[in-house]
Amino acid sequence: MDGEASGERGAVRRAIVVGASSGIGEALVRVLAGAGWRVGAVARRGERLEALAAAGGPGAVFPRVHDIADAAAAAAVFEELVRALGGLDLLIYAAGILLPVAEDQFDTAVDLDMLAVNAAGCIAWGNPAAAYFRSRRAGTIVGISSVAGDRGRRGNPVYGASKAAMDHYLEALRNRLTVHGVHVCTIRPGFVDTAMTKGKEGLFWLISAEEAARRILAAVESGAQVRYVPRRWFWVGLVIRCLPSFLFRRLSV
Amino acid sequence: MSRSTIAIGRRGPARSYELVEAWGMAAGACSRVLRPRSVAEIAGVLEAARREGASVGLRGTGNSYGDASLNGAGHVLDLRRLNRILAFDRETGVVEAEPGVTIGELWKHVLPRGWWPRVVPGTMFPTLAGAAAMNVHGKNNYAVGTIGDAILDFDLVLPGGEVRTCSRTENSALFHAAIGGFGMLGVFSRLRLATKRVHSGDLEVRAIASRNLREMLEVMESRRSTADYLVGWVDCFPGGDASGRGLVHEARHLARGEDPDPAETLRLSHQDLPRSILGVFPKSEVWRVLRRFNRDLGMRAINAVKYWAGRFAALGEPFRQPLAAFSFLLDYVPNWKWSYGRAEGHGLIQVQSFLPAAAAHDVFLELLARSRRADLVPYLGVMKRHRPDPFLLTHGLDGWSLALDFKVTPARRAALWRHGAELTRIVLDAGGRFYLAKDLVLAPADVRRMYGPDALARFLSLKRELDPGSVLQTDLWRRLFPAAGQSSTGE
Repeated sequence: MDGEASGERGAVRRAIVVGASSGIGEALVRVLAGAGWRVGAVARRGERLEALAAAGGPGAVFPRVHDIADAAAAAAVFEELVRALGGLDLLIYAAGILLPVAEDQFDTAVDLDMLAVNAAGCIAWGNPAAAYFRSRRAGTIVGISSVAGDRGRRGNPVYGASKAAMDHYLEALRNRLTVHGVHVCTIRPGFVDTAMTKGKEGLFWLISAEEAARRILAAVESGAQVRYVPRRWFWVGLVIRCLPSFLFRRLSV
Repeated sequence: MSRSTIAIGRRGPARSYELVEAWGMAAGACSRVLRPRSVAEIAGVLEAARREGASVGLRGTGNSYGDASLNGAGHVLDLRRLNRILAFDRETGVVEAEPGVTIGELWKHVLPRGWWPRVVPGTMFPTLAGAAAMNVHGKNNYAVGTIGDAILDFDLVLPGGEVRTCSRTENSALFHAAIGGFGMLGVFSRLRLATKRVHSGDLEVRAIASRNLREMLEVMESRRSTADYLVGWVDCFPGGDASGRGLVHEARHLARGEDPDPAETLRLSHQDLPRSILGVFPKSEVWRVLRRFNRDLGMRAINAVKYWAGRFAALGEPFRQPLAAFSFLLDYVPNWKWSYGRAEGHGLIQVQSFLPAAAAHDVFLELLARSRRADLVPYLGVMKRHRPDPFLLTHGLDGWSLALDFKVTPARRAALWRHGAELTRIVLDAGGRFYLAKDLVLAPADVRRMYGPDALARFLSLKRELDPGSVLQTDLWRRLFPAAGQSSTGE
């Protein structure tokens, strides 16, 4: 009843995008900055952030170099950025890596790298945002998950597991925080034309990163809790989730 | 690439960046909140603050109505995670605890063993350190004093890092200054306090209706020598002959043998506040209903219904009530403060005026009349009897206090603060005092008047001696003592 987002009353809305140096994250920064948001852009690669900041125009993009794998430092970087932005209305966790894994490869180091960025990083950034937004009784947390988290697929066990962990975590945050006026939105993109999908075969319904970013922000504005991007992936996800195990095991997806 | 670090090593206390709010929601500031789990981590935070020139404000569960645990210009040290009860002596009732133990955790520990805290405030959520720092009182203040009177000794981590043990005989000046020192002299890291032997988990309670303020004060005064607890509820809406009408609740502990089955009433299950009303409506949702009434007309009606229902009930016999149910009336409706609105700028403040016995009646009537005239009628009024205590900065005196809850909205905030200043002047002119745990409206000159130059000078001299860099600060400190070394940068 009193839960209007505090940012809508202020002149400038403020966002942090984690994983902003490429792909969907970079596109999100561009679209947000273009729409008048003040955006904190977090990524490991400084030169790409600088380019983003330069393109965003004066005072629109606040670049912050940070290694997502350094989870212990996330709370401090979060605080620093919120202070610099003068508050926060939206956190988008867009960092994600997909490392190639062969059919006969069971490599813990590779797997834990994915888990560190995709799952642990999401928790390391989601937690400080949850504490902050809960105390403000307003705010939005968005996690860019994947259709890959819907089932345990044979192709890349830990990539899927890391996205499933993210989905589960975000759902739990949503259930904790809704009563406190905080909106938590899980995005499950299908194939997006980024470095992650470059050179891969069998892609369909491919959309550009900018297109994905626009659809993601539209989903956030609409108050969606879980949104496939583009939406037709919902039906794919539904079928995949409903397939019985004995069938799913025999499919090569 | 191999850079995976799933498990993060704990580096110092947990931290977050949050809006830290006054309990009444009428003030707040974003701060870094640090949550130490050991005395070493407390000292570490203070040391880092000294090094960086940052200030630290102390906070427990944040139950002060105003800005006593906010620090918008620095960090907040949340002591809630130091919450172990270290020792309890079943023979003497002496309990030793860490600072973040709450009043609720304390009574739940001691009651099944036949003891009850000597002093509890109207809610069980405050921490022991917070209660000591604000020197809280209960409905038995006139008989047993404040919580400071029940404290035997404590350890205080000074802003310089040294830990000093204080009692009535050891570091006595600091003992009497840190209790009631609103967290400005050091961090309580261990407290030892006395509890009271009880022979039942029930109290014998009697309700008495009073048709106006004079009658209420007379009823309470006449029972002061026999009652263990006395509290008056005041309906602030009616004027004229009915001004200050309300209900007095008197309670006494049962003597040995009066309770046929003390083993049963001392059990925690007997004390549990019910979770639902009539077994169906969840109490956690009651504030949403109250929200509908939270305006002048609705609150006038609720107060009137409560008064008349109480008048009829008061004709009945005394009844028995569990200790927790009588003591923690405020906790009956979870988050009742949310009925004042949850949007920015909405909330409540409380003005609790303490007045010498001779002046109390006329001044309280005046406060109520002015509130009605200003169209700022308090939605709740609570009357208590008090006595002086030996602490340096104290609100205690031989007299009465009337606590008035005012609704804050952005539209009436300015008018309300002007009104608060006016009430303050009237109270101070009559030799009255205020209570920092409740305050959000006092000004520096008011503090000088109520504590007197002598006590204040001694307190500030201790502050300068123990905290030369002004590491310990809160919004309350800067509001009331702007001249006393605001700079947190230099040592």
